[in-house]
Amino acid sequence: MHINNDKKISLKQWVRSGDPFIWINAAAVSISVVAVVGLLLLLTVRGFGHFWPADVMEAKYTLPNSEGYTVAGELVETESVPLEQLLSAGFEIDSGAAFIDRMLLKQGNRDVNGADFAWVIDDYLSEKRYPSQLMTIERREWGNFYGYLQTIKQNDAVMSSADLWMDFQQRIERALLLYAKIEEIEKGNVGSINYQLERLRLSERGLALDDNVSSAARAVKMLEIESERTQYQQVYSSLQKDLASLYQQIGRDSFIAVTMDGTAVEIKFAAVVRAYQANAMGVAQKSLLYLEKFWEFLSDEPREANTEGGIFPAIFGTVMMVILMSIMVTPFGVVAAVYLREYAKQGLMTRIVRIAVNNLAGVPSIVYGVFGLGFFIYFLGSEIDEVLFSAALPAPTFGTPGLLWASLTLALLTLPVVIVATEEGLSRIPKALREGSLALGATKAETLWRVVIPMASPAMMTGLILAVARAAGEVAPLMLVGVVKLAPSLPVNGDYPYIHLDQKFMHLGFHIYDVGFQSPNVEAARPLVYATALLLVVIIALLNFSAVALRNRLREKYKALDM
Amino acid sequence: MKNTSIAKDRLGKWRKAKDTAANITITGGGLAVLGAILLIFFYLLYEILPLFQSAKLELAERYEIVQTGESKSAETLYLGMEEQAEIATRLDGSGHITFFRTSTGEIVDSKQLPVGEGVDSFGLNSEQQPLMALAGGAGVLLAQPNYKISYPNDQRLITPVVDYPYGEALIDIGIPESSGGLIDTIAVRDGEEELVLIGKVDNALYGMRFIKEEDFLTEETVLIEEQLALPIIDIDINWIAIGSDQQWLYLVSKDGSFRIINLVTAEIIDRGRLLDTGTVTDFRFLLGGISLLVANDQGEIVQWFMVREDGKPPRLQKIRSFSSSDAAVTKLVVEHRRKGFIALSAESALAIFHTTSSRLLLEKTVAEDNRKIATLAISPRANALLTLDDAGGYSFWSLENQHPEISWSSLWEKIWYESYPEPDFIWQSSASDNDFEEKYSFTPLAFGTLKAAFYAMLIAAPLAVCGAIYTAYFMTPGIRRKVKPLIELMEALPTVILGFLAGLWLAPFFERNLAGVFAIFILLPFGVLLFGFLWSRLPKPIRLRVPDGWHAILLIPVVIAIVSGCVAASGLLELWFFGGDMRAWLTYDLGVSYDQRNAMVVGVAMGFAVIPTIFSIAEDAIFSVPKSLSYGSLALGATPWQTLVGVVIPTASPGIFSALMIGMGRAVGETMIVLMATGNTPVMDVNIFEGMRTLAANIAVEIGETEVDSSHFRILFLAAFVLFLFTFVVNTAAEIVRQRLRKKYGSL
Repeated sequence: MHINNDKKISLKQWVRSGDPFIWINAAAVSISVVAVVGLLLLLTVRGFGHFWPADVMEAKYTLPNSEGYTVAGELVETESVPLEQLLSAGFEIDSGAAFIDRMLLKQGNRDVNGADFAWVIDDYLSEKRYPSQLMTIERREWGNFYGYLQTIKQNDAVMSSADLWMDFQQRIERALLLYAKIEEIEKGNVGSINYQLERLRLSERGLALDDNVSSAARAVKMLEIESERTQYQQVYSSLQKDLASLYQQIGRDSFIAVTMDGTAVEIKFAAVVRAYQANAMGVAQKSLLYLEKFWEFLSDEPREANTEGGIFPAIFGTVMMVILMSIMVTPFGVVAAVYLREYAKQGLMTRIVRIAVNNLAGVPSIVYGVFGLGFFIYFLGSEIDEVLFSAALPAPTFGTPGLLWASLTLALLTLPVVIVATEEGLSRIPKALREGSLALGATKAETLWRVVIPMASPAMMTGLILAVARAAGEVAPLMLVGVVKLAPSLPVNGDYPYIHLDQKFMHLGFHIYDVGFQSPNVEAARPLVYATALLLVVIIALLNFSAVALRNRLREKYKALDM
Repeated sequence: MKNTSIAKDRLGKWRKAKDTAANITITGGGLAVLGAILLIFFYLLYEILPLFQSAKLELAERYEIVQTGESKSAETLYLGMEEQAEIATRLDGSGHITFFRTSTGEIVDSKQLPVGEGVDSFGLNSEQQPLMALAGGAGVLLAQPNYKISYPNDQRLITPVVDYPYGEALIDIGIPESSGGLIDTIAVRDGEEELVLIGKVDNALYGMRFIKEEDFLTEETVLIEEQLALPIIDIDINWIAIGSDQQWLYLVSKDGSFRIINLVTAEIIDRGRLLDTGTVTDFRFLLGGISLLVANDQGEIVQWFMVREDGKPPRLQKIRSFSSSDAAVTKLVVEHRRKGFIALSAESALAIFHTTSSRLLLEKTVAEDNRKIATLAISPRANALLTLDDAGGYSFWSLENQHPEISWSSLWEKIWYESYPEPDFIWQSSASDNDFEEKYSFTPLAFGTLKAAFYAMLIAAPLAVCGAIYTAYFMTPGIRRKVKPLIELMEALPTVILGFLAGLWLAPFFERNLAGVFAIFILLPFGVLLFGFLWSRLPKPIRLRVPDGWHAILLIPVVIAIVSGCVAASGLLELWFFGGDMRAWLTYDLGVSYDQRNAMVVGVAMGFAVIPTIFSIAEDAIFSVPKSLSYGSLALGATPWQTLVGVVIPTASPGIFSALMIGMGRAVGETMIVLMATGNTPVMDVNIFEGMRTLAANIAVEIGETEVDSSHFRILFLAAFVLFLFTFVVNTAAEIVRQRLRKKYGSL
């Protein structure tokens, strides 16, 4: 572009050529790219990093004018802070340096220390070491435990064994098996019986409310209900016996461990999820453990107010909601698009409708949430309850936020996306094809069904995938119409009618909001939130990429037909 | 042959039927879907319309009650109804109390209160807690109508009783026997800890304070009496009122002058006139015992309350006035649960007002023929009225007045709320107690919404538009194909993730590296320009090795280096310029308060969310400018930059404008980022270091806690409707601009 570039140009010339502005514009692209990539990297590093079994450091911590004590924990982050800030925050530091390094240690042992995390100043740490005997125990409550294993007890009697650590691991295995059995009975069998008992109670009440049943028939039915109930209660009491014995078995073993400050703590094996000595493990072992923890994250239920454990119910809820939404949005969106493009008279009215539909995609999602809450739940839901579920009243069945309403609200929210995408697909189909089909004697419906729709199907898929991607990431409306922080059971289970549309459910996006902002222990929950966010990003990115790929394929396929 | 033709015929019919069926289904389905979309608009409208409706008053019953025997007086001292508006209570001038059914007039119970010779004067504690003070002889009787509810045979039964919470004996309020006069005015105020009674004898005030103490042995409440020292008053006292905190005594005379006495110091703390013209006809407290309402014979009603300003003694302030006609107001009746009241005029017309919203909700003449309404009562739930005319005829009315507290002025204008030193915009929807004055001002929320959108656009608009210009016009196609989807991928990023990162990562990061962040904003443009200039001075062989349109790639390491350099040097910068702690410097030296989750964090996070929207549309607009135009310009000797500024951007400007509008629409409606990245306090402050609450976030925070169909619920629907309309209008405008543009290009 520059012809006389042999000489070095002066600043004035450079400015006059407009080059600086081009550089500024280019910088905007660079910043955007750096920001996107940086954000994805941040999520990846923090999200994946969480599952790596970190080494546990032990060191002596001596603050000026006080006796030293031993600290231990995983190093979370290190930062360099101006001395002034620390002084004004009330630290006693006698240092001349302008900057002080401080570290955030995850020291666990919340039941002993009161706090999981502690900031320590690097200068006052001495004798840093990584003892191989130092173990990390993940517990069902009180968070992680860091300390040394001392003795194992069985029925309160101290056991001696040749290989303490082996014995320890075996007993953990045993407790885990028992725990799984208890879970199965409590969540599965007992939950199912409770559900059936509730169903019986409702049919009994429904019978009492129904005036059309003769008293004889009512008595017969009541008897049936009663006998069924006794059956369930018998099963229930036998389950209770099983549970009691399992609880006794799982409560048999305990162990004593010593923390850094020398406190001996007795911990039940029942409370242990897993234990490992991170400092003694090699990279291969750590990788295995990493995969195990990652799998737990994907497949397990949350623990400790959602700050630990897995997010399976949230994944399940998100998928379930998205599937239901797709089932609702696809036919309606496609029909509306076909109507607008193929059947409606193309005029000013259609143009206005098209603009309106397009703009609905820009209406804030919270507005849809408000509409869903008001119209679906308080209006439609209460009507349904009045007519179909009067036995359960005043407890609402559909007159309360739930899976059905959430899916319906999101279906409405994503309707414009599907309509717009399908319309675009329909408009790309060459007119000649339609005319050819009609000229051969096909009716309009046949042309539509045999020629137009098959050719537009990739566009519909694109629309659907974009809709799914949008729905999976949307949180604001869901907060109003059915998402909860902790659902007692999955919306799909073995009890009739198998899919419980009236139930509340968990959702990945809401999980991020709830754990990150409503949880009592944000610091502990943070890594898990990063991991959840990463998972959500991956799901949505995959959906989007497939939409783009589909769209490109469609364009390639019909390029030849374009006139 | 024939058979096949029949078969063909049948097939033809069948096909035709299918075609018709498809036609009907698709047309019907399509219209239904479009109708469902319209439904959103109409449903929101349907939910908010009741907010702006007037009150409705309908006559239910008219009857007369024949008093049996004992009652001697036609004067009504008190008329009230219980919660369900089934039973009404009337106290007459002789101290006789009658309970009757509001629907039929059937007398349920009737008794004479032990007040002796008759009632000289009457005072009422408050509408919600109708403790009545009846002065008779030298003492005061305190009595309270009460309604016991029981459910025999699953039927609600309301039994009225009269309670004497302070005994059936007359209470002495310290009037010396020598005065010998009658107590001609009495006021009572009962609180948790104290009971105050103040009476007037021949324009001299006498009062007694009873401090309630619990006897720890018997757990009974013991009253400790304490004579109040009250000054001599220089006006004729016609009304006495004691404030709800038992601190201030308000005295009003018929000519409109007032005196306020501090009951603790016994000093007159304020004096003046409540009305400029006319004679005072009624004077009473609004709900809560803070605001005073005073009515005159010219139809004017004025609201006053005590205002405290820093460093000044409290004074009585005129707040607002109401008027519906010129006829004299004869009586004021206040609502039990809201800050509303009813004014009865000499012409027997009712006017229902609400103070906060300054609304006149209903005007109606309620008297029969030539009768005049003497008094009226409103039920606690404000759903029924009972009027009594001078001939002893009762009328029972059903009243529908659901949402008096909302008006255009209460939503958007400055309102002087009770106990505030000046009129202000305030959003405070949750009630601390029953007397709470709801503060539903949309202004701080709308302000917060625009503030968040402004800071977001401040970040997003330059980045997105400049980026779009470069990508569409200068970038090589190969890189463009990769960069564009990457930036558009951001659009699919759930905002909850951006919000979470903004709140938990960015906010603390900014707080720690405040100086560094500002350094980035300043140094980044200069650094880029410097790099560009140095690049232009590099020897040609090196420069030519990099293809044209690679500026953005070259700049990536520069951007990363400047950003990380600034962050690393942040501490040093703070040490050099801000005494080691920029936050403290802001707070103490500049007096700027700093919230961790502030507008800057929201601006960056939400800017990030709207960049792809703006970028994508603006890029399309610039890219679709016909190449012939720019080639023509270049051929005439213009530099690429001149071509861009002179030809391409003017042609694409409507598209860029519509991109900015759509981005703005998105920023206005975004919920999760604002919810997570600010403190959500509804303040009105342009300070970039403070948070805000937006309309959308407000809905998300509050709608779960509201009662269905309450005013608060409907106001949140109104907020949703405002958002809906705003974004819809903005997007439609943008879309129309874009379509025009497309048409223009079509012709080129």
